[in-house]
This record gives sequence, structure tokens and C-alpha cells, in this order.
Amino acid sequence: MNGKKWNSAGLKGWLYLLPAMVFLGGFMVYPLIDVFVYSFEEGYHSASQTYFGIGLYNYSYILHDPYFLQAVKNTFLLVVITVPLSTGIALVISVGLNSIRAFRDLFQTLYFLPYVTNTLAVGLVFMILFQKTAYTDGFINLIITWFGGESVDFIGGPYWAKMFVLCFYTIWVVMPFKILILTSALASVNQDYYKAARIDGTSKWRIFTRITLPMISPMVYYLIITGFIGAFKAYSDVVALFGTDLNAAGMNTIVGYVYDMLYGNSGGYPSYASAAAIILFMIVLTITCLNLLSSGKHVYH
Amino acid sequence: MDNTADYRTLEKRAQRKDAFIKAGTYGILLVWAVMVLFPFYWMVLTSLKSYGTYNSEYVPALFTLSPTLENYRDAFTAVPLGRYLLNTAVFTVCTTATMVVVVTLAAFAFARLEFRGRDGVFVGFLSLMMIPNELVVVTNFVTVTELNMRNTFQGLILPSVMSVFYIYLLKENFEQIPDSLYKAAKVDGTSDLKYLIKVMIPISKPTLVTITILKIIECWNSYVWPRLITDDQAYYLVSNGIQEIRENGFGRENIPAMMAAVVVISAPLIVLFLAFRRKIMDGVSRGGIKG
Repeated sequence: MNGKKWNSAGLKGWLYLLPAMVFLGGFMVYPLIDVFVYSFEEGYHSASQTYFGIGLYNYSYILHDPYFLQAVKNTFLLVVITVPLSTGIALVISVGLNSIRAFRDLFQTLYFLPYVTNTLAVGLVFMILFQKTAYTDGFINLIITWFGGESVDFIGGPYWAKMFVLCFYTIWVVMPFKILILTSALASVNQDYYKAARIDGTSKWRIFTRITLPMISPMVYYLIITGFIGAFKAYSDVVALFGTDLNAAGMNTIVGYVYDMLYGNSGGYPSYASAAAIILFMIVLTITCLNLLSSGKHVYH
Repeated sequence: MDNTADYRTLEKRAQRKDAFIKAGTYGILLVWAVMVLFPFYWMVLTSLKSYGTYNSEYVPALFTLSPTLENYRDAFTAVPLGRYLLNTAVFTVCTTATMVVVVTLAAFAFARLEFRGRDGVFVGFLSLMMIPNELVVVTNFVTVTELNMRNTFQGLILPSVMSVFYIYLLKENFEQIPDSLYKAAKVDGTSDLKYLIKVMIPISKPTLVTITILKIIECWNSYVWPRLITDDQAYYLVSNGIQEIRENGFGRENIPAMMAAVVVISAPLIVLFLAFRRKIMDGVSRGGIKG
């Protein structure tokens, strides 16, 4: 091989990569570095682009901001409630789906619908279903009163009620992905194991806990990790239910706090936004690592 | 005799238990199907009720006998819903088209071309998949603002183009095409670009279609970036439009008209989904995560 030919081939490779590298460099690598720089620049002013000094003040500011602490609390509650619940329900539904033949395709298609809907748009439907106004109690309250309960405004009412709708909607939104992943995992379990177990007369429950669950455990772990990451980044479904002024509603999330600091009525503070985004990233990273470490012990490969 | 009778009752009991489990399974599946479908039913139902009917129902009616399309007219005349749809269509087409070209070229370079540093760059690309969008949005916001690209399509589109995961997906696909084809083409003197267009793209069409559809869904539903970068209604996408309708809306709280807008916004994606059901579900199960 002569050197010249090698060179032109090498150049061509870089040429093909160039557009992707320009986009990634400009909108991912550079911002990634810059966000850390911003987060340490104290008193940054976006109009004059000046700052006083370098330090941890931005972090200390947001860690003492009651809005941020409220956002952290909301986000953690959302994560702790929705991730186990949605994974559990998805598991039940997928096992059910896997055990039937008639209408299976129909059910699978229906279950996937929320994935392709606009979170903001369908969130409005949930809002009117749960909302109690001067004109109407709303559909959900209608059901609650049928069963003899007390009607409650889920959108502008007490904290637990708002948290309930948010969790409910979040689960509704994330379910299609989980059901899809679990049904394909279940379908790919080697049928020979089941045949052998049936010949041995093993009970169904035992088959499930001893064969099915271990075989699909890598996928369950995958869903738990992506579920954690997704729920920590909750934002647009919250906006859909409670509007853009989430601090006033007391329902802000960490991501919402980042955007509020960046833009809007409370915006103009990219340094605070950066610090909050980095804290979010650290939380997600820590949980992912912990999950990966613990999965090494429990997951059957 | 006794033994056979025993066996029969046992079998009967087992059958009954099976039937019971089966009924329970269908019951659970049906409940979830209703939970999924009900919001869709409710939005269509509400959009067909007239403003007066809706507001006079203290206890919401579960069906309507006098459907009206006036809300759909309101949705297009009282608020610029048509404009929002057009903006979203432009944004979706431009972003998706650019993405497909950029991703195809990069995947081809990784899969077929040989150059020093290729594998290193590929690992670098993959590691970018772990970076959450929230982390880079701060700087991108400042960048686009400083470039005076707020309220422009460039500002909306450029930061939304890249999806590293699709490069990975397409590269895997390209690598399955046998080397012998490439060598034969080289002997014939076919250029790399021609080989990519004439051979690799047609063979990888299913993957390309999947990528395109997934990106279309992502674009159609994107909310955060458009919200940060546009405050002029003339550049709103549907997600921001619906939020605008909700907050400042029809001059009064007109929920039926709002639901009509919601139906109009949701319909295109549902049609797309029903048309490409297998492809979409396949693509998502290979690694799409709702963004």
C-alpha cells in the first residue's frame, strides 16, 4: 500500500463523518463542557456576559432555594411511586398477553397507543377528567361519588391529589414501552424449559418464579434503569397537567426548575440552571451505577 | 373404576381452574385496554359536544346524541391551529430529512470506510448517548440566543437534528451487508458514494424507514426546545400551541374547542402508527426511549 492512497481513503472517512461531528460538536460536546463552566461562574450576567468569580456559590444557592427542594421532593416521590408500580403492572399485563392467543394482536396494538400520542395534548384530557371546577365535578369525581366518596379537585386541590394524577398519568405514558419490551422478552424465552417443567408437573406459579422471571430479569433491570432515568427527567407531562407555572402549583420537578431558571418569568439565570442540571445528572448517574452494581448479583445472564 | 372417576374429576377441576385463570387474564387485559382507550374516547366525545351543552352538564354525560363539528371550526379560526400544524410539519420534515442524511453518511463511514481513529471516534459517539438532553440545553439556549436565531426555523431545527443511537442502529445494519459486494463494486470502479446510494441504502431500507418514523414521532411531540426558543406564536409547534390554547385560549375557557384541537393534533400520529404498526413497535423495542 502506498502512503498516498491510504491518506485519501482516510480523508474520505473523515469527510463522511464531518456533518455528524459538526452537529455533535456544536450542540452536544461543546455545551457539555460549557455547562460545567457556567455552573462555577458566580453572578453571571447574560446581557453583559460578565461574572464575579469562580466557585460553588450557584450550587449552594439552589440547594437553599425552597423551590428547588420542593422540586427534588416531587421528583423523588414520582420516581419512587411510578417506577415499581409501572414495572409491576407491565409485568402482569405482559404475562397475561403472553398466555392468550385470541385478540393478542389487538390488545398489543391498543396498549401501544399512548406511546405515539402528544404528551401535552393528551395531558389536557387527563386534566379535564380529573379537574373539579365550578361548573362540573369532572368524570373521575363522578365515579368517586358513585362509590360514596368525597369529590376532590385533583388539579388545583391538595398535594396528595395532585401527586396522584401526576403518578397516574406518568404510568399511563410509560406503560407502552414497558409492555412492549416485556412481551418480546417473554416471547423469546426458550419453550423447551416450559415443556420440561410441565412434564415434571411443576405448578404455574413455580414456573413463573423459577423459570420465567430469571430468564427475563435482564430486561426487567433494563426497564427499571430506564424507568428511573425517565422519571427523574419528568417535565412535559407535569406541564400538561398543571400548566407552565409549576412553582405556583407546587408541582415543579428538577428539570422544570432548570428550564424555569433559564427562561420565562423567573428565567435569565443560566448559571443556576447549569448547577441544577448537573445535580440532576449526578443523581441519575449515581442511581444507574448502583443499579448496575446490584444487578450483577441478581440478574441471571 | 374408582381410579378413572377420580382422574375425571381431577381433570374437570383442572379444566375449570384453567378456564377461571383465562377469564381472569382477559378481565385484566380488558381493564387496561379501557384505561388506555378511555382518554381517547373522552377527547373525541368532548370535542363533539357544543359549548353550551358541555357547560350545562354538571354531571358529565358519557355520550352525546347531538354531535356538532363547530368546535373543529373554532379550533381552526379562533386560534392559529393551522399555523401550528404547518410549523410542526416544516420542522418535522426538515429535521428528519437532515438527520437521515447525516446519520447515513456517518454510519457508512463507521461500517465501510477505513481510516485511522475510526474506532476511537465511534466509542466517543456511543458515550454521547448517555448524555441527557437537559445537560446541554442550557448552553444551546444561550448559543441560539446569541446567534439571533430565536423564533427561526434554523434555531428550532439545528440542535434537534442529531440522534447518536440511529447512527449505531444503521451501522449495525450496514455491517451485515457482505464485504464481497463492496469488493466487487470496487473492482468495477464504483465510487463509495455511488455504492452507498445504489447498494447499501436500498438493502437497508427497512431500518431507514424505522429510523425516519421514530424521528417523525419525536419531532411531532417535541415540546421543551421549541418552548425555550420561540415566544412568537408564528413559530409555535403543536405542543406549544396546545399549551398556549390552554392558558390563553379561546378568550374563555372553551374545553370542547380545546379537545377538538387535541384531536386534530393527535390524529396524524395515530394514523402513522396504524399504518406502520409493526415497524414502529419493532424499532422502539430495539432501543427507542420516549424522549
